[in-house]
Amino acid sequence: MASVLPYGRFTHAVVRGIPETFGKVEDEKNNKVENGETTMDLAKAQRQFGVLTGALRQKVGLQLIEIPADPELPESWRIEDVAVIQGDTALITRPFKQQRRSETEAVRRVMSELNLTVVEMGAEEGGSAGATLEGSDVLFTGREFFVGISSHTNYRGAEVLADTFRDFAVSTVPVCGGARLKNICSMGGPDTIIISNSDGAKKTLRMMEQLTDHHYEVLTVPEGAAANCVYVRGPSKVDYLLHPPTEECPESFPAFQKLTDYTLLPTACSEASKLGGSLTSFCLLINRKTYY
Amino acid sequence: MTTEVGSETEVKKEPEKAEEQPAEPERSAINQTDEVKVVEAAEQSNESPALATDSAEAKENQEAQPADNATGPEGEEPPASPPASEKKGISRFLPPWLKRQKSQSVVGPKESQVTPKEEGGVVLVNGEGEKAEQAKAEQTSSTTTAEPQVEEEQVNGEAEPEQKEEVNSEEHAENHSTGSAETQPAKEEKASEKSQEKSAAEEEKKETEEGGEKKDQEESLKPEGGRYFIKSPLKLTKKVKMVMCHVIMLDGSQFPCEVEKRAKGQYLFFKVCEALNLLEKDYFGLSYKNADQMCWLDPTKEIKRQICNPSWQLAFNVKFYPPDPSQLTEDITRYLLCLQLRQDIVSGRLPCSFVTHSLLGSYSLQAELGDHDPDEQRLDYISDFQFAPSQTKEMEEKVVELHKTHRGMTPAQADTQFLENAKKLSMYGVDLHHAKDSEGVDIMLGVCANGLLIYKDRLRINRFAWPKILKISYKRSNFYIKIRPGETEQFESTVGFKLPNHRSAKRVWKVCVENHTFFRLMTQEAPTKAKFLTLGSKFRYSGRTQAQTRQASTLIDRPAPYFERTSSKRISRSLDGAPVINMIEAQDSAPTSVGNGREPGLELSSDSSKRSPPPTTQEPLSDLTVDTVSKSSDDKQKSDETTLQAAEVEIEETVVVEKIRVAPKGSVTITTPEVVVTPVAVETEVEKPEEEVIEEVIEEVKEEQKRPVSVSSDSHSESEEEAGEYHPQVTVSTSVEQIKEEPEEEEKEEVDNHEEPEQVSEPEPLPEVEVETMPSPAVVEETPMAEPETALVVDAPAEEERTEDILVTPEEAPNGHAEDQPGLVAVEEEEEEEEPRVNGDASHAETERIPQVICCSEPPVVKTEMVTISDTFAAQKTEIATKEVPIVHTETKTITYEAAQLDGSGDGEPGILMTAQTITSESLCTTTTTHITKTLKGGLSETRIEKRIVITGDSDIDHDQALAQAIKEAKEQHPDMSVTRVVVHKETELAEEGED
Repeated sequence: MASVLPYGRFTHAVVRGIPETFGKVEDEKNNKVENGETTMDLAKAQRQFGVLTGALRQKVGLQLIEIPADPELPESWRIEDVAVIQGDTALITRPFKQQRRSETEAVRRVMSELNLTVVEMGAEEGGSAGATLEGSDVLFTGREFFVGISSHTNYRGAEVLADTFRDFAVSTVPVCGGARLKNICSMGGPDTIIISNSDGAKKTLRMMEQLTDHHYEVLTVPEGAAANCVYVRGPSKVDYLLHPPTEECPESFPAFQKLTDYTLLPTACSEASKLGGSLTSFCLLINRKTYY
Repeated sequence: MTTEVGSETEVKKEPEKAEEQPAEPERSAINQTDEVKVVEAAEQSNESPALATDSAEAKENQEAQPADNATGPEGEEPPASPPASEKKGISRFLPPWLKRQKSQSVVGPKESQVTPKEEGGVVLVNGEGEKAEQAKAEQTSSTTTAEPQVEEEQVNGEAEPEQKEEVNSEEHAENHSTGSAETQPAKEEKASEKSQEKSAAEEEKKETEEGGEKKDQEESLKPEGGRYFIKSPLKLTKKVKMVMCHVIMLDGSQFPCEVEKRAKGQYLFFKVCEALNLLEKDYFGLSYKNADQMCWLDPTKEIKRQICNPSWQLAFNVKFYPPDPSQLTEDITRYLLCLQLRQDIVSGRLPCSFVTHSLLGSYSLQAELGDHDPDEQRLDYISDFQFAPSQTKEMEEKVVELHKTHRGMTPAQADTQFLENAKKLSMYGVDLHHAKDSEGVDIMLGVCANGLLIYKDRLRINRFAWPKILKISYKRSNFYIKIRPGETEQFESTVGFKLPNHRSAKRVWKVCVENHTFFRLMTQEAPTKAKFLTLGSKFRYSGRTQAQTRQASTLIDRPAPYFERTSSKRISRSLDGAPVINMIEAQDSAPTSVGNGREPGLELSSDSSKRSPPPTTQEPLSDLTVDTVSKSSDDKQKSDETTLQAAEVEIEETVVVEKIRVAPKGSVTITTPEVVVTPVAVETEVEKPEEEVIEEVIEEVKEEQKRPVSVSSDSHSESEEEAGEYHPQVTVSTSVEQIKEEPEEEEKEEVDNHEEPEQVSEPEPLPEVEVETMPSPAVVEETPMAEPETALVVDAPAEEERTEDILVTPEEAPNGHAEDQPGLVAVEEEEEEEEPRVNGDASHAETERIPQVICCSEPPVVKTEMVTISDTFAAQKTEIATKEVPIVHTETKTITYEAAQLDGSGDGEPGILMTAQTITSESLCTTTTTHITKTLKGGLSETRIEKRIVITGDSDIDHDQALAQAIKEAKEQHPDMSVTRVVVHKETELAEEGED
């Protein structure tokens, strides 16, 4: 537990580029979802990605590791899903979609290169058979884990996570008001949870409050999309919050301004959000400082 | 032994007679009976030793007893002393009924724990019991009000009607002679047993239960009962049965300790702590295994009654894991906690990640070995240590690597670092119990400092913090918690869990009660008094709470004791199942040395060597210490109050401390299905002279009780043993959350009827007021009033208490108020009829308070008809018979101290009432009423929250303490609220205090 630091002390960020196949349905069945009305603007998505990575590197001051995009893996930019990292342990997840599981290979390599202890979720059969887990359903607060039980993450997956990070309480919560837990909430500070104002999100929040031994500040934002932000306390000891810009979430900006002494970094991710992605989806945050 | 007893008893008798002349007439009768008994005892003694030892095992019924008696003579053994043998011969001629009677009688008075099974064993033991009796007779001054109490005891024990009758007859004969009423009320079993012994009839009963062990008990009891002084030392030394206990210490060593067979848990525990030189002992406990279940040794009960295994093998463990070990005062305490945690880690109870294992291991190394020495310490030195359930080479390397970084750290610092990291682990201090949820899914219940955690596999799926829990209970193998309704819910819910068996359910319940009390309460709950028809377990945590122990720790003033750290190598070995190396040494050195690693030179350990017959060693009774401690904390709280009062008044809080004799809290549970009323018991009760109840009340009560009875018909037999309830005091928890709660009507009603919580419902928002101090003179005035009251009281026993109350009153009031603002203070005395309260009427005199006026007038004393439920009677609340209900005149005083109303915030302020809400929550003895009113004034909406806390207690409650605590808690919750009013309300048997 010596490794326990207040949430947000990161030194590295791992990202993965936007492939040309961005938004292309890799799966025939998802026509219903991706089809039609929203056409993906690849260039814009890549531009936004560039802005995000630039902010992380230039402004926040993280060391950025970018895994090249792989056209074979249209969703590989959602790198958050394929690993859960705490301290120097990285749990490589098993995403719900079969096609996404090969995304983990490149990430696993990077984790090893960073000297993280890589933990696999295990074989398809055996103890963790049937377990699925995606990082976008995992909220690590610095003190404990909340795992949202969603269409992509199940109890078995949560158990594997609990078994991996034994120092921490791992609580399961229902995901209401969004597809993924991180769609409705994210960390906005060492003890601050940003959460959307929807009824479902409130329900999830209540559950989280019931389950926790700690007290968190709660920053409620009126727009669902605004609930997903990236908080980093950079090497320069400054609190940075990457949040959706006012164009995307006009009403939530005042809420962010309540965070005193923060450096707010409006970062657009409108293209990704069309696919259900959000700011946190793009990066894996890591602290490679030694603690001792 | 029996023979010896007989002789001794005779010897004693004579001196006693001389001493106690007034008692003589009775005595003589007693003596005769005693002799007879002695004879019996002698006869039966042969068998007694065996039976006595395992009284619990003896399953013979009373019916079987006569047979036993017959067998007794046959089995005679050579008497140790000639006189005894003679008696034996005589005893043979005694009519069997005599013997039998006694044995039966024993059953009745016995405490609730006594079961028919035990009775069987009793008969044999009689001889010893007689001894005790005689001793009593001799030593005790015969003043006895014992009778009524005896009856109660019987009732408590659920004695069968037949038995009771017999007992009564016996009692009549021996009646007042032996019983000392004072002792009986004592909560402790021992005390009660002793008292019983005093009355000849009762004596036998006890013996039946306790068997040959009485002697031991007597010795152990000595400190408690004054009579023992008289006993001849010879007797004591001869008859004490010593048992060797083996306590596994946290460092893996064994601590052999010889204790009297009848010794209570705390005796052994203190011995162990003494050997360890441990002062902050409240975090620790002794555990033992019964049928593979780890149980905590109850310090207030005899060891032998708890431990089933013949070897008396126990372990010294951390019972309450301090959430913040850095707040412990002494390094030695932290060291012991470290040892416990290392055990927890190695055994897997405390799961850790690889990194944490390594880090904690490195601190352990630093603490035990000191700085890393690159020359001497090769890697393999480390493999002797165990850092994790399964440790790898990689981990060991990591440990060494980290160990190097700790250079210069002292052992104490290393321990501190160890704890700082360990305490953050999510499973730190969590006591897990296997269970199933309502759907039969396997889960784990985790009891910890914060509440109850529910795990499914490793996942936390639910959590109930103590403030959320209204009641904890168990029934058979089910464990229930009643949950305070959440923001969106209207009603409380009950969550049930299925445990593997009844014992495990009770164990979880006990652990919950203990943890709640220790971590959540300022002071432990007053143990429920002996009740009529005890409903469920009376178990309460009797030790200090964390608050108290912290307070006590601040008083520790000694140089840090030297202690030697043992290598964790040993831990690993012992865990591997290999016998502890040190065992032999320890045993050799016998009582003196605590085991390996301890310095022989330690004073404490040398003390322990004297141990052999340690009658007086018990003197540090936990109770006593606790008392002092709590007092000091009281003072603290009082001082807190003063400061608190200065705060601005935004919210009115009323704290009413009500002292009620009527109902011990336990009885509140009446509505629950577990409650069973036995008709037999009712009858007995009715006859009691002490019952004084107004018919109306009775009827009401009856009505209420009927429900549960009918419901619970099946649970009858089990109710006592299998059901337990515990109402956490939620006072502390009253927080903003509570404000939204819906009133718990059901419970309230119940409570009202029985406990008479006073709900001072004041719909109108009170003006904001600075906290006022009541002028002390006003208080003084009270005193004279009280006395006349006393005179008026019909109830003799009640009188005593009243006077006490009265005396207390003046003291109480001043406590809360540091400043006198005579101009602003309104003192008001009111008289109320008690009756309405008993019936659940919430109305309270407070409404009459006159703000901004000082009235120190003494209103006329009004005599009211009231239901007086004396302590003794309280126990039987459940069953109030309609017969013989004398009307008691009672007086009720209400003193209201009220802060002046501030102009700006008064009621009179024009405004539009937007909303008004009253929320009531309550726990066992606390009723919190919250009024939320929203007013619209000139476009500004003002929300006013008033909280009124009524604390209900029986006579045991210390006014000052309860009040101070309530205020303190309220202040803690709402630092910006202030106390604006104090209401002290007392009734002949009731007293209330309130503060606004």
